[in-house]
Amino acid sequence: MSFSSQPILYSYFRSSCSWRVRIALALKGIAYDQVPVNLVKDGGQQFSAEFKAVNPMQQVPALKIDGITITQSLAIIQYLEDTCPNPRLLPQDPKKRAQVRMISDHIASGIQPLQNLSILNKIGEKKMEWAQQCITSGFQALEQILQHTAGRYCVGDEVSMADLCLVPQVGNAERYGVNLGPYPTITRINKALLELEAFKVSHPSRQPDTPAELRS
Amino acid sequence: IYFRSSCSWRVRIALALKGIAYDQVPVNLVKDGGQQFSAEFKAVNPMQQVPALKIDGITITQSLAIIQYLEDTCPNPRLLPQDPKKRAQVRMISDHIASGIQPLQNLSILNKIGEKKMEWAQQCITSGFQALEQILQHTAGRYCVGDEVSMADLCLVPQVGNAERYGVNLGPYPTITRINKALLELEAFKVSHPSRQPDTPAELRS
Repeated sequence: MSFSSQPILYSYFRSSCSWRVRIALALKGIAYDQVPVNLVKDGGQQFSAEFKAVNPMQQVPALKIDGITITQSLAIIQYLEDTCPNPRLLPQDPKKRAQVRMISDHIASGIQPLQNLSILNKIGEKKMEWAQQCITSGFQALEQILQHTAGRYCVGDEVSMADLCLVPQVGNAERYGVNLGPYPTITRINKALLELEAFKVSHPSRQPDTPAELRS
Repeated sequence: IYFRSSCSWRVRIALALKGIAYDQVPVNLVKDGGQQFSAEFKAVNPMQQVPALKIDGITITQSLAIIQYLEDTCPNPRLLPQDPKKRAQVRMISDHIASGIQPLQNLSILNKIGEKKMEWAQQCITSGFQALEQILQHTAGRYCVGDEVSMADLCLVPQVGNAERYGVNLGPYPTITRINKALLELEAFKVSHPSRQPDTPAELRS
């Protein structure tokens, strides 16, 4: 069986879930090819028959690596963690690991899916309000959780999977016009993370498929 | 924990499989406008959701974070395979259900949707199950991934429970149905069933 020479990431520049994986790949120094999947053009390229063969759930991100295809951003990130353990994205202590997973899942199950593109399309006219409500309610709880767990970053002073979820979600919050004033811990951590190279190189404004008018 | 919450059920299965004794504090998501919104429960879990587990001096929320903490601290029996590729498959299926299906049809979303809630729930579950059926055809043996019970199975059974509750026709999903049936024969899935909990109302008890 022959494996491709480099992993292939199916990604959309603006997808917060794709951004999480791009950060992980950058942090771990893993070179990869990107295949952009535009979630809006042509009625949504994720619905094409070819992409459906890659991912039956018709969502990004999807990563082809070591002869398999993995979907679900946190499953991808933890596969990278299992196979390329440095630098660590999950602490060794089980209680701190639980905190990292709790924060990651809070964002990846409790906030993002409720305001993803397909849900917003179903909601229709009131979509901005809906997105703001979902994010606000999630951030209110997250701010409180972080006050217990955070050091320089979400859990203590090391970058973890939780931080990979936080920054893209703050990106979504800004896009949907959520006022971040009430969340000083979220804001501080987000700012600190955006100074790191991996968070910059993976930023939506710097991807192969970023439209000219949104490039930084 | 709430008897009917599919996320709570996942954790009850894990505790049963690992033989961990625990106390249950029921939080009724419907009575009194929803007991999860009380100040006392908010102190336990700021996100005001179940399940939440107080263990070893900490409180953990998010069902999969709880289950993986139990896995890290009580490794037998295993709920995640040792092989990284199979682990990825288990996580992928678990997240597909726990992020891609369940949150879209949880109680607070259905309350916001209003009248069309049954239709909405059916659509979310149907679209998720269509994809899941295909994924399982690649990964399944006796259970979701190969022949050992994993975290993916802990997510599957409660989600099928939700599907039945919202009137989703399971005819198009033979793999999901077969696996669900096999799992429900196991003691841990029976003892943790919503129909057998301390807070199960009399009319729903089995």
